[in-house]
This record gives sequence, structure tokens and C-alpha cells, in this order.
Amino acid sequence: MSGPSTYNPKSGFERWLDARLPLPRLMHDTMQTFPTPRNLNIWYTFGGILTFCLGVQIITGVVLAMHYVANAGLAFDSVEAIMRDVNYGWLIRYMHANGASMFFLAVYIHMFRGLYYGSYKAPRELIWIIGVLIYLLMMATAFFGYVLPWGQMSFWGATVITNLFSAIPVIGNHIATWLWGDFAVGDATLNRFFSLHYLLPFIIAGVVGLHIWALHVPGNNNPLGIDVKSPQDTLPFHPYYTVKDAFYLVLFVILFAGFVFYSPDFFGNPDNYQPANPLVTPPDIVPEWYLLPFYAMLRSIPNKLLGVIVMGGAIVTLVFIPWLDTSRVRSCRFRPLMKQFFWAFAVCCVLLGYCGAQAVDAARFGIPLVWVARIASLYYFAFFWLIMPIIGLIETPKKLPASIAQSVFGDNAATPAE
Amino acid sequence: MAATTSDAGTRRDFIYVASASMGAVGAAALAWPFIDQMNPTTAALALASTEVDLSAIQPGQQIVYKWRGHPLFVRRRTPAEIAAAKAVDVASLPDNNARNANVADNLPATDANRAIKPEWLVLIGVCTHLGCIPTVSTPAIPEGEYGGWLCHCHGSMYDTAGRIRKGPAPENLPVPPYAFLSDTRIKVG
Repeated sequence: MSGPSTYNPKSGFERWLDARLPLPRLMHDTMQTFPTPRNLNIWYTFGGILTFCLGVQIITGVVLAMHYVANAGLAFDSVEAIMRDVNYGWLIRYMHANGASMFFLAVYIHMFRGLYYGSYKAPRELIWIIGVLIYLLMMATAFFGYVLPWGQMSFWGATVITNLFSAIPVIGNHIATWLWGDFAVGDATLNRFFSLHYLLPFIIAGVVGLHIWALHVPGNNNPLGIDVKSPQDTLPFHPYYTVKDAFYLVLFVILFAGFVFYSPDFFGNPDNYQPANPLVTPPDIVPEWYLLPFYAMLRSIPNKLLGVIVMGGAIVTLVFIPWLDTSRVRSCRFRPLMKQFFWAFAVCCVLLGYCGAQAVDAARFGIPLVWVARIASLYYFAFFWLIMPIIGLIETPKKLPASIAQSVFGDNAATPAE
Repeated sequence: MAATTSDAGTRRDFIYVASASMGAVGAAALAWPFIDQMNPTTAALALASTEVDLSAIQPGQQIVYKWRGHPLFVRRRTPAEIAAAKAVDVASLPDNNARNANVADNLPATDANRAIKPEWLVLIGVCTHLGCIPTVSTPAIPEGEYGGWLCHCHGSMYDTAGRIRKGPAPENLPVPPYAFLSDTRIKVG
């Protein structure tokens, strides 16, 4: 869809610039005239929302770094000073902390949207894979960031996650020591985590550039999952989608502001308001909510190495989805069988998250949650490695509409007036 | 000095390959300092030792000290706890290795191989699963099913000799190098 450029420089300066650095041409072609399917719904506004989230995290993060001290003896107090003494420090820190949760909320909606409408299928495999990479970088950044306040959850979260690497046979303990820079999580660990926490968002921004570049070659998928066939199927990105994205962004920011101003510690853990103590582990260590499903998988397996492999495998699996889905139809709207398994998958992810938040030996209705987590983990992997390939072969999809325009306007208005 | 044009490649090919190879070796050599700088500094590597006074510890009580950044469990076991530890068939243990720095490697995890004096159990109190600190079990407040320790993070249970009995942890709690300076004083490290 990145067809011939329609940019037409008007002034002498624009012509001069266009011959040297065609930046206005790039902006014009990608953000203004870019032909976008005319049937995109609310779920397609989350790409823009995510870009906004990244911007919020970088701006608030740079400000916080002006006041934060990455030293095991001073970190906790410097965060308290940000909360109490720095002008509007409380606001900026709460924006940053809740911004991380908002970022993950948006990215999960974005990913489930891609799964539902088959946005990972040819020719968009690389967009999906780059997206998985961004998700991985986001998890690493969020983990490093969570360690910085140097509270009890920071310290013990860092201990548990870095110890995952010690499960690797033979060299595992050396890797853990290498990550810590000591024989336990300590000052050296905190310093390097701060350095990486500052670096990674800029790497994410670069990879987001690749994600958008790759998107602009085939163009957007759409809720029907059918290809754009004629100019009548599309609308220019501006003003149609700039306005739509902006509208839903405002709704999203209202939710964001609701947490920041009315329940800023909703996603937090009270244990993290206690300074890190290397000699006392809190009774229940839980990661941030967005990592709970993977944590539940880890805990449900009574073997250290196997648990780590399953947890890592759950994320690595996502890379292979473009080739695990054998269906020739993209959108679940036309896949009656897949639609049901998709929603079962969504429920299973929520269930895993719930199990991950409970105590290790908890039970509900007489059922040990560890078994709920085991079955849900099994379904997670079966969904991608068994159900997806098999359903694609045996399912009879519903009839696809002839074109996007026909589905929007009906048969009678096949050639609408612009 | 005419350039040869055989299939074996020209002098120019050789120079390309040789210089690219040297470049790769140089890059790899330069990468090492950037990797190794993350390892513990010489200050962190300097071995520290700690002396522990045992006289105040009552039977059935555990005191936690800090040694090399890790918690050190010193537990004065009751006769019942020692008997329970000795009654275990070591062949049935998930990890039948003494994990004791004071005895030879690969000895079976009998109680005698875990403690220098049966009354005193000295352990590094870091769960061998993912590094949390297990909670000690007492008759008043039992933790886990084996009277030793329970790790609340992921449910690993240790017995009264600090051996893993149930849960995801792969190994027994390690015994650090220590020696009795007197009946009531040990030196760890």
C-alpha cells in the first residue's frame, strides 16, 4: 500500500527541502494520505494509544531520573523524596508507575486484537514478530523499573526473576552471578538495572519504528480480514483515523487519569513501601499484574528447570503463530469454530493471572489452584500448537464479503460518493 | 606480482578474508571486557568470614546471621528434630547429596553428613529454587510438612536437616564451610 507518493511541495522552501531531506514527504505519505481500510473499529486505535504510552513513560522517566539515586543505600529514600519533596514529584511518579500498567493493558488489547482478526497472517508476519520483540523489551524494561524503588517487592522480585537463569544447567549459577555483579542482588545489580531501564525505552522506540515501517508496506489488516481491493475500500489516514485515534485516546487518558488521581496505588503492592531487606522474604511474592499468567505457569510446575522452560516457551511460542495458523481466512468473524477457542484462550489467560495472584497452596471450591493453573497452562500451549493448526484445516469458514466497501455500504452502494 | 585468477582465489580475496577475520577476532577480544565488567568486583570477591556465638541460642531456636550477603541459618535442633532427620531413608530423597562444604563432594545426604555436631545445623538460608528465604518451622507454628522450613514463594519444603523434601527446589540447602572454635563459637567462611 506504500504506492507512489502523492506529496506535492508547494513553496520554494518545501521543494528545496524535498530534494535534500524529504521528511515532509515521509510525514505526508505515512500520516496524511496513507490509504487505510475504511472499516477499522475501536480495537485498531490501540497502536496510537501505545505510542502515546511510550511517550508518557519516556518523558516522565527522564524527569524521575533527575531526582532518583541508583544506590542501594539511598534509592528508597530518594523515591520517598520524589513523593514528598520534589514539586509535583508525586504526580510524575504516579504517572510513570500507573503508565506502565496502562501500557501493558493497551498492549494486551492490541495483541488480542491481532490474534482475533488474524493480523499476524501473511503478508504481516514480520509486523507480528517485531511486535513480540517489543513485548519482550517492554517486560524487561518494566522488570528493571520495578526494582528501582528498592522496596521489599523490588528486591525479592529481582531475586526470583534473576534466579530463573540459575535453572540453566552447568552455567546457570555463573549467569546469575554475572547478572547480579555480586553473589546476591545488591548495589551493583541496582546500578546496572537503572542503566538498562534508561536505555531500553529508546531501543523500544527504535523497534516501534520498524513495526510501523513494516505495517506501512502491506497496510492495515481490518476486522473483515480481507485485502484492500480498490481505493473505495480505503480512507486517507488524516483526518479519518487521526480523529478516531484521538477520540479513543482521550477516553483512554480518562481511565489513566482516574487511576493516577483516585487510586494511584491500585496496581502497587504495599510491601514495596518497606525498604528492601535481604534477610526477610515477604510471605507472598507476586509480580506486577501483567506478568501474573507467566508466573502462574512457573509456579504450577514442580521442577525448577522445566518451570523456567515452560514460562519462556509461552512467550517464544508467540513468534511461531504466523505459521501455526493454517487457515486461509484471517478474521475470526468468519471462523465460527476458531472464535470459540479464541475466547476460551482469553478466559484461560485471565484464569492464569488469577491463579498467579493467589498463595501457592490456595484452593477455591475445594480445587487446588495449582491444578487450575496446570490445566490452563496446558490449554495455553495446546491452543497454539494443536488447536490452531488443526482448526485451520477442518473448519469451514463463513462466506467472505466481496470487498470492504461492499460490506460497509451494502450491494446497492458499491460506488459511494466520497 | 601478477594477480592469479585461479578458482583458489586471488591475493585480494585472501586479504579480504584475512582482514575480516582479524577484525572479527579483534571485536570478540574487545567484547570480553564489556561482558566481564558485569561480574563481581574484586571487592565483592574478597572472602569474608563471620564468627557466631552459639551460647544464647536455645534448643529449638534458629538465629539468622548475614554472611556474604546471604542469610545464614544457625539452628539448635531438639533431640526429636535430630531423630526425625536421622530416620529418613536417604535413597528416597529428591537430592541425595550432602551439599556440605566441610565434607567430600557427592556424599549421601545423611544427617551425619549435614551437621558437624548433630545439635547444630548451619545452613545458607537461600531456597535453591529461586532464592527466597525459607521460613523456619517450630512445633508452635509449623511451616511445611517436614518440621524444617517452608519457602513461601513457591512452596518448597525442607526437613530438619535442611534437605529438600517436596516442591520445585532442586537441591538441599547448602552447608557453608565452618569450624567450631570452641563449644559455643563457630567461624563461618
